[in-house]
Amino acid sequence: MNENTSNRKTLSMTLLGVGTILLIAALYMDFSKNYIRLGSFELRGAFLVLGALCVLAGIYFIPTILHHRAIINCIFLFPLLFTFAVTVIIPMFVGFFYSFTDWNGVTFTKMVGFENYAAMFKEPAFIWSLLLTVLFVIVNMILVNLVAFLLALLCTTKLKGVGFFRAAYFLPNLIGGIVLGYIWQFIFSNVLTKILNSPHSALATTKTAFIAIIVVYVWQYAGYIMLIYINGLATVPKDVLEAAQIDGASDIATLFKIKIPMIAATFTICTFLTLTSAFKQFDVNLALTNGGGTVRGFMGKRLSNGTQMIALNIYNTAFARDQYGYAQAKAILFFIILACVSLLQVRISNKREVEM
Amino acid sequence: MKMKTSRAVILTIIAVLLAIYILFPFALVVLNSFKTQAAIVQNPISATGASFKQFASNLSAVVNNKNFSFWRAFGSSAVVTIISLVLLAVFGGMSAWVICRNKTKWSTVIYMTFISSMIIPFQVVMLPLIATFREVGKYIGLGMNGTLPGLIFAYCGFGGAMTVFILTGFIKGIPYELEEAAAIDGCSPEGTFFRIIFPLLKPTIVTVTILNGMWIWNDYLLPSILLGQNNPNKTLPVAVQAFVGSFVKSWDMILTAALLAMIPMIVIFLVAQKHIMDGMVQGAIK
Repeated sequence: MNENTSNRKTLSMTLLGVGTILLIAALYMDFSKNYIRLGSFELRGAFLVLGALCVLAGIYFIPTILHHRAIINCIFLFPLLFTFAVTVIIPMFVGFFYSFTDWNGVTFTKMVGFENYAAMFKEPAFIWSLLLTVLFVIVNMILVNLVAFLLALLCTTKLKGVGFFRAAYFLPNLIGGIVLGYIWQFIFSNVLTKILNSPHSALATTKTAFIAIIVVYVWQYAGYIMLIYINGLATVPKDVLEAAQIDGASDIATLFKIKIPMIAATFTICTFLTLTSAFKQFDVNLALTNGGGTVRGFMGKRLSNGTQMIALNIYNTAFARDQYGYAQAKAILFFIILACVSLLQVRISNKREVEM
Repeated sequence: MKMKTSRAVILTIIAVLLAIYILFPFALVVLNSFKTQAAIVQNPISATGASFKQFASNLSAVVNNKNFSFWRAFGSSAVVTIISLVLLAVFGGMSAWVICRNKTKWSTVIYMTFISSMIIPFQVVMLPLIATFREVGKYIGLGMNGTLPGLIFAYCGFGGAMTVFILTGFIKGIPYELEEAAAIDGCSPEGTFFRIIFPLLKPTIVTVTILNGMWIWNDYLLPSILLGQNNPNKTLPVAVQAFVGSFVKSWDMILTAALLAMIPMIVIFLVAQKHIMDGMVQGAIK
């Protein structure tokens, strides 16, 4: 036992020592700009990673029983917390800061205060995107939930081959929005024009293109929401339904008086899911219409982004127009709206659930 | 009794019609990837002009296309998805276990940070993420932008919150006595986790892996901005986008590419249908 402890101690000290030396070497190379290379491969990064791993291993082997648990806790939390901090937390704060500057993606020259935020409310194209997104979210929330619920009712009846239908209805959800968008672009511009024998594609005018996005989105998403409703409907106790049947309740009465009130929690989940995902809609929008479509006279201007949702608007502001600071400000506003709406939705539903 | 059968027939007809409507686009993709561009434009819903020879020629044109390079894109997607899923499962399990079994102020703070971060839309961190990755990459001397390890790193960061959230809920239900018993028998904390807790997590890990897998495999925005459209290691959705951009309205090529991009997911779905549908539901209601 004693020998074991002393072995651990030597191991721990060696690892800590080597790790620290590697880290210091990497840092030295950073500051002195004196990068040592092995062929074309820069050693600095390898030193840093190896050094960090050695230090972690060294800490792990520290011969202590009292603090071992605490050490394990830290080591276990480290990987995920580190990646999380670098990808989410730091960019979040950095982004908040950049939204007040004239950032161009690489550097910024000056702070502009609330100029970015003020400018977006004077930009008709952005207001249009914002309003369009709100309309899209409302329409989708209603349509997706309605269609999904009806599909769920259909799939919980004693139908032959119900398993096949469930799988078939769910299938579109497996495929990414980009691929689906192009498939539907083909359908709208080549297949439907042929079937309906009309010379114009539905994607050619703004209004029909917007409806097209909704059609694709409902088609893609309803199957998934349907599964959640099926799961909810399965939790309604059988004896309650039987009691209703014995009392002579009609199917419609059972549906509205028993099933729907009993799965109120499922409705909350589904409205939340459809709400947030419709707000963030990007892939189908990009692949299907790329935001195109003319709007004559909105806020006294002619717009060419008739079907552009807010996520795509932010993307284009940054990558097509190189206004990163401005795009970031739009993104922050988007975040605030999304956070408020989801909190509101959860609060309202919770209240309703209690009342029911 | 008679009324009941007629109702069942009507319901079946409705279900079949809906299935046809929902599967119709997939059928069109398959049908038209067997045809030439001219035949597709002439009549996209008839089978005239469809032949296996044409399919083979479409396929080879798409697979060997420089903008698409299917096998390379498929490989990148597979590598990124599999490594990210394994790392998320292991790291997520480790973090969730620590958060769940230590009722301190810090564990609560970390947990709440994870939960509240789930509401952040990707657009908010998208632009600063590129900048952060560039700076971090410059500083540590490892390329983070434009490389697959950088992309995997990002997926671990973005997927972490949901993974921890779902796994924590499950670990709470595992009796603490199990761990005490292990400790009394002389098992170290890390041994307790890897030998006892982690194997018990298996069903929930399956759920988490399905949810994350569907998201990572189909994700377009993150790889498109981190890797870029012209990166040789681009993932499948980015490759489709780059490919379609280079072939305006060549539907024979586009639909064959779409078919290739869909096949892996559909094959997996056919194999693990029940798991995937259950996993998607469990992930949503937790």
